Amino acid sequence: MKKKLLGVLMTSALALTACSSSSDGGDEVAAGASSCAPASGGPVTLTFTSWIPKIEEVVKVWNDAHPEIQVKVQTGPNGNGGTYQNFFNQLKAGNAPDLGQIEYDALPSFRVQDGLTNLAACKPVTDAKDRFIDWTWNQVSFGEKDAVYGVPQDSGPMALFYRKDLFEKAGIPVPATWEEYAAAAVKVRAAGGYITNFSQSDINQFAGLAWQAGGRWFSNDGTKWTVNLQDEATTKVANYWQDLIAKKLVSAVPPWTTEWDSAYNKGQAWTWVSAVWGANSISSGAPDTSGKWAVAPMPQWTAGGKVAGNWGGSSTAVFKGSKHPYEAAQFAIWLNTSQEALTLLNEKANLYPATKDGATLPALGKGVDFYGGQKIYDVFAAAATQVTPDFTWGPTMTSTYASASDGFKAAVSGSGTLLDALKKAQTTTIDNLKSQSIPVAE
Amino acid sequence: MGIMGICTFYFLVPIWWLFVGATKSRGDFSGTAPLWFADFHLGQNLSELFAYRDGVFLRWMANSVLYTGGAALLGTLLAAMCGYALAKYRFPGRELIFNLVLGGVLVPATALALPLFLIFSELEATNTFWSVFLPSLVNPFGVYLARIYATASVPEELLEAARLDGSGEVRTFFKISTRLMFPALVTIFLFHFVAVWNNFLLPLIMLGNERLFPVTLGLYTWNGQVNQLPELRMLVLTGALVSIVPLVVAFLLLQRFWRSGLGAGSVK
Repeated sequence: MKKKLLGVLMTSALALTACSSSSDGGDEVAAGASSCAPASGGPVTLTFTSWIPKIEEVVKVWNDAHPEIQVKVQTGPNGNGGTYQNFFNQLKAGNAPDLGQIEYDALPSFRVQDGLTNLAACKPVTDAKDRFIDWTWNQVSFGEKDAVYGVPQDSGPMALFYRKDLFEKAGIPVPATWEEYAAAAVKVRAAGGYITNFSQSDINQFAGLAWQAGGRWFSNDGTKWTVNLQDEATTKVANYWQDLIAKKLVSAVPPWTTEWDSAYNKGQAWTWVSAVWGANSISSGAPDTSGKWAVAPMPQWTAGGKVAGNWGGSSTAVFKGSKHPYEAAQFAIWLNTSQEALTLLNEKANLYPATKDGATLPALGKGVDFYGGQKIYDVFAAAATQVTPDFTWGPTMTSTYASASDGFKAAVSGSGTLLDALKKAQTTTIDNLKSQSIPVAE
Repeated sequence: MGIMGICTFYFLVPIWWLFVGATKSRGDFSGTAPLWFADFHLGQNLSELFAYRDGVFLRWMANSVLYTGGAALLGTLLAAMCGYALAKYRFPGRELIFNLVLGGVLVPATALALPLFLIFSELEATNTFWSVFLPSLVNPFGVYLARIYATASVPEELLEAARLDGSGEVRTFFKISTRLMFPALVTIFLFHFVAVWNNFLLPLIMLGNERLFPVTLGLYTWNGQVNQLPELRMLVLTGALVSIVPLVVAFLLLQRFWRSGLGAGSVK
């Protein structure tokens, strides 16, 4: 047992959590890229766990065309709703699926727990690198050399959704900078509305805003993690929104609730800085406002700037222990780069592709009636290329989010500030990393 | 009386809300008063629910009934036999076994889900019907209840008489004792039924195949996709309404026996 424990510690680049004594089946592969050779003879069956709605219809297209590599779909609730925990349990029990859907912000936690297969030796994967938008590739390689821990699947470039009719009627110009946005907020409030609803419990939106401003919450130099939730850029964003909250210029309805939908449906909230998939949230949550919305680029911190944030997105990763990384990688590349798969994923589940030519999908070139016929995806296609590339997620995002969200809720109801909340989240995160024996630089 | 009224109100409002919500169209749901009807849309919601993804919801309902009904029936039988044996037979280790079972009552099902997953993984039996069904059979509280009730309601003299008349032990159990214990069995069955129906974590951990999901897990999965496919919200609501029907039916049908059990003997 002791010898094995030592081996585990030595072979994994980053320390594992408390080594469980029950996992007697997990033989360790040396660090670095695993080999990537085709299976010798016979058809291969892969398992793939994903919670994308109707994913099996997409996989069927692959299965029909590739009798030698059959993919079996397993499903479950969304990642943080239980599927990630299941992945960890399955890794421990040695029966993880070959492939799994993992959001970008959860990928580092699997990396730290040594749960992923490095696909850097898989030629189909490295060949596809240039087909993906640069920053999405960074999300799966963590900026390391010879490292690819997943294939980017979708992305959530952000832009400004706004009520075109209301802005025109009130004679307010569409804000192009955050300064103009704050000025517009005052006028919107005077006209009886709120410029937007501040997401008090879904920290991902705030992360996207900080991402745009140049915030860098986590970094990893290969041995240690640095946590900085209060860097200059993030502080700027936090103070900006704190000011709007203090002046009661934004509403603070809990996101993803019917109240929240209703605020948009009744025209109480005039804008939403959100990701590309938000287009669908508005059209289905606020059906009475059809034709009255439009999309503009995200407001900028410096006039004339062209920087966007990102909110959401996931990858297709190959788990450690998969016996067929070569075949799994082929499937993952097909799923996330081929026009037929991307078209289906967009059609069935509103996924916005992470590839450069994904923006040319016919479905994404059309005008959308709900947005007054505007070709809204052109805005997002531009935004996708403007997302700054070096934002890294930490390995314990669930607890970071939970802590920040508690603080944000308190700040919205008047106790403490957003900055206090971030400070607290930072302490919690560092404690959490330490308790999992993940080295932290201080 | 007033307190009872308040409690009833408190417990019924969520169900009322659910019922009203399930009758609305998606636009009305977010736009109209939550506790009163808008356009009556229940039929459409139901047919959408049953048609979505080739009727996977009906499959989930069937699974739930099978997991729950099957496990509760078999589990009640096992608990009754075990409790009866502990009450009526003297053998070495009897109290030890009973105390172990009693200890089992203290262990929540949630805490056992992960160890069970690891055990089933060893047997390569995860993601199967049995991985949810077999653990659901176990019901220590039922054993406890059965023992207490058997001690109180099955007289030794009766068993003696049965033995003298040449009835075997198994026959005595099924022909005489279960009849006497019937109200307790109904109680055990109901408790067990509800416990399995509500045991969410076990299927969450064990199952990856959508066709095997119970309705609770299925609806939870849909609810997680609402951000992506907002039209699912109405299906989740309608599904939740439909999914409580079997529970309500089970209680309405069985509460008669239950009440007669609690009352029996009180005036003798």
